[in-house]
Amino acid sequence: MPSKTITIALMDPPYESENLTTAFRILDVLARRGHNVNVFAYEGAAGLAFTKQVAHPNPVHGKNLAEENHPTTKDQVAALLALAGANGGKIDWVNCGMCVDERGVGEFVAGTRRGSPADFHAFSEASDNVLVIPTK
Amino acid sequence: MAEYLLIESRDPFESNDVAYYYELARGLVEANNQVTLLLVQNAVLAARPSAKVPGLQALVSAGVKILADDFALKERGITKLLEGVQSVPIDVVVDHLEAGHKTLWH
Repeated sequence: MPSKTITIALMDPPYESENLTTAFRILDVLARRGHNVNVFAYEGAAGLAFTKQVAHPNPVHGKNLAEENHPTTKDQVAALLALAGANGGKIDWVNCGMCVDERGVGEFVAGTRRGSPADFHAFSEASDNVLVIPTK
Repeated sequence: MAEYLLIESRDPFESNDVAYYYELARGLVEANNQVTLLLVQNAVLAARPSAKVPGLQALVSAGVKILADDFALKERGITKLLEGVQSVPIDVVVDHLEAGHKTLWH
């Protein structure tokens, strides 16, 4: 299968919706197959790549930091970027600028960038296919 | 004739919108399109044989291909499926995207 260009739009914030679990699983398959993937992180999803996310222990369950092994979406985003590169593809991850400013999440994982809905339009025009995953 | 992948993420017992999405699938297939409905997340609850979801059962008869995300099924301990529903990995979404099929999420 020759490489395709696929755009995925995300809207859900970190740590709230199962939509993101499913979306990241789809992105994982796209990255493993070496496709060129565009991600437009809109609204709450603009916080997915925020670098100040911190893993935490769980004192209620008596688990320290290592035992809790709390996943952060910033690490998952970084892992997706690396996975795509290792398989000959690329992920162009754009964080909606106004959404970022509203939420104060302007420090991104390296390899992601600030943008606007105009990027989503350009992505859509240049893609073989597009999937929008809206909030509920 | 176009090919569609409709992804349903919602539980029909929680959201009345699901019935409209089933109707969309049925309308598309009746208009001679090829339609696949993929159930993910809580939408897979409708695929249990014991669930009373006549709208989904009608889609099987109407010729809609109905799939259920294996991960979502496993998370919920669902091992038996309504006749006509097939368990699949999430890779199926990428298969459809690669093929250029119109892919919608609800």
